Amino acid sequence: MSEDILVVRDLKKHFLIGYAGRIRREPITVKAVDGVSFSVRQGETYGLVGESGSGKSTIAYMTVGMYQPTTGSMQFRGQNLFANGFNRPSSLRKEIQIVFQDPGSSLNPRRTIRQILELPLRIHQPEADPLEEVIRLLDMVELPPEYLHKYPQMLSGGEKQIVAVARALATHPSLVILDEPTSALDVSVQGKIINLLLRLQREFQLTYLFITHDLSLMRNVASRVAIMYLGKVCEVAEAAEFFANPQHPYTRMLLSSIPVVSEAEAAARPEKIISTGEIPSPVDLPSGCSFHTRCHRVMDICRHVDPAMVEIAPAHIARCHLFEQPPEILAQYRGELIDLEAVRPAP
Amino acid sequence: MSEAPLLEIKDLSVEFKIYGGVLKVLDGVNFHVHTGEKVGLVGETGCGKTTTMKSILRILPMPPARIPSGQILFKGQDLLRMKDQQMRKVRGRGISMIFQDPTAALNPVFTIGQQLTPVIQSSLRNEDRPSRAELRQRAIAPLREVALADPERLLRSYPIQLSGGMRQRVCIGMALATNPELLIADEPGTSLDVTIQDQVLRLLHDLVEKKRTSVILITHTLGVVRQMADRVYVMYAGNMVEVAPTRKLFQNPLHPYTQGLMEAVPKLTGGGVAHGIPGRIPDYLNPPTGCRFHTRCPHVMEVCRQQKPPFFKVEEDHQVACFLYEPKEPKR
Repeated sequence: MSEDILVVRDLKKHFLIGYAGRIRREPITVKAVDGVSFSVRQGETYGLVGESGSGKSTIAYMTVGMYQPTTGSMQFRGQNLFANGFNRPSSLRKEIQIVFQDPGSSLNPRRTIRQILELPLRIHQPEADPLEEVIRLLDMVELPPEYLHKYPQMLSGGEKQIVAVARALATHPSLVILDEPTSALDVSVQGKIINLLLRLQREFQLTYLFITHDLSLMRNVASRVAIMYLGKVCEVAEAAEFFANPQHPYTRMLLSSIPVVSEAEAAARPEKIISTGEIPSPVDLPSGCSFHTRCHRVMDICRHVDPAMVEIAPAHIARCHLFEQPPEILAQYRGELIDLEAVRPAP
Repeated sequence: MSEAPLLEIKDLSVEFKIYGGVLKVLDGVNFHVHTGEKVGLVGETGCGKTTTMKSILRILPMPPARIPSGQILFKGQDLLRMKDQQMRKVRGRGISMIFQDPTAALNPVFTIGQQLTPVIQSSLRNEDRPSRAELRQRAIAPLREVALADPERLLRSYPIQLSGGMRQRVCIGMALATNPELLIADEPGTSLDVTIQDQVLRLLHDLVEKKRTSVILITHTLGVVRQMADRVYVMYAGNMVEVAPTRKLFQNPLHPYTQGLMEAVPKLTGGGVAHGIPGRIPDYLNPPTGCRFHTRCPHVMEVCRQQKPPFFKVEEDHQVACFLYEPKEPKR
């Protein structure tokens, strides 16, 4: 087993959006990420899956340093990413790069491809010849050198995303965050980008934190998958195990809701679970397990107690009351509840 | 197949005149929907799906759009030659539409009730003059139908107070409130999350089954058509390239483009991600001669560069616009 490159422990990000009450002003927060722990191994593709508002992009932005966590820690090869707050050393910045969802808005429309790709080189490798490096980058992503002088609007969506990938790789990073890299593109183009990413991963021993809402895509690229719902992780497993043997009720609902194109695929889905209810607002989370309002296996305990992560099989973790063995787990719950009381600010 | 189709598009072409020339977006599209049928229209971004549907409802901005040729027959009448006043009657009672983005389809400064009651009013007969209170009551019915809780309160809410899934349900309710004969659904679930999309699509499916409404479902997600449609048209760069009953199309796609598309979809069963279709969608200012797919086709032949392929019948209900399936002349 290879070493962990990114270790995230009990990460929380609460955004302050206003205050309630005139006299005793209670802060209103959006709990975008609410106690997430996971670790990414060197060289793997770690899939982070969830619906909109589940907090997956917030995690991505914290990893590259666009946000600071409220509490919790993120360690990259043993170094705390937020030791100096936002002042992350440049040596660390160049190791972690990101590809955004919409290449139309992540590339500056007034810069040429050459200017776009030169910027990270000027900052992180001032001694190298930028033009030579840019041509090498374009060659690496299979774009012809004529593209140097083009503007983003002259490229198709897929080509723009390829430029964004080249920009992310300009600094020779070891961890690349892919935030829905193909969801703005057509399926016939998606394949090209994904295969390019997989080839680059092999060539440069990259580690990917792959964020998406597309489980079918995850099935084909990820080595491990984590499912998020409303700022929390529901289930984590190796990809093969995850799709063969989904455990959490939410995972099963999600998998059985995917539209598929063949009988074989339909058979690979878990038994149909009719999706019900709406995703609750992250401002006003349900008590207990945040999924209890939509869960088809809801029990009384789910409405009051937030479940803990339970290892249900080797390397397969789920956060659901269904999998607990009463005596030990209950004690664990009590411990957690006391912790929560301690964390809560005094009125 | 004996009765006349409910809607039939014959050889429709649409052009857009822009500064740099003329974009030939639709190039001789043929299409039909029978009464009670659910037809899927699949294609990628910019292939002309939405343009086709907008030209049915005549909501294309003209100019810049122009329709140089073609007929759109709805119950035998050509919509393209209809007077505006008649057309207004067709919209709503005859054909209604659900748009991709419910947030953009609803007006943010009016309540749901204020937007829904005019729809109900427009569907009334002349002698039917309900009071305000009655109208309100009638506005509740379509919201009930789309399984929205507490419809009285909803009528007083603004779109921003609803979630995306609820907004799309309101749009569905609104579109079906007039009991149209044909419903055009343009990517009804695309802007929603998977579990919510599943809910909305199932609701839509149940409602149109119940009301016996004919549906044209436009989407770029193959899985959605497989779930919803009886028959599927595949569109590429302003041309229909293949039409077949859903089951046949998914078991045996014939057109190289359809095959490429099916392969490109990542599968839940694994097996890696296919490389997709090389190249990019052609430029409408200067579309390729002959078959518009020939620049990206793995099986391209000389004839493809010169002639536009007509529809060849592989089976009675399975037609492909590709020279690979041209019936061979018996050599004697």
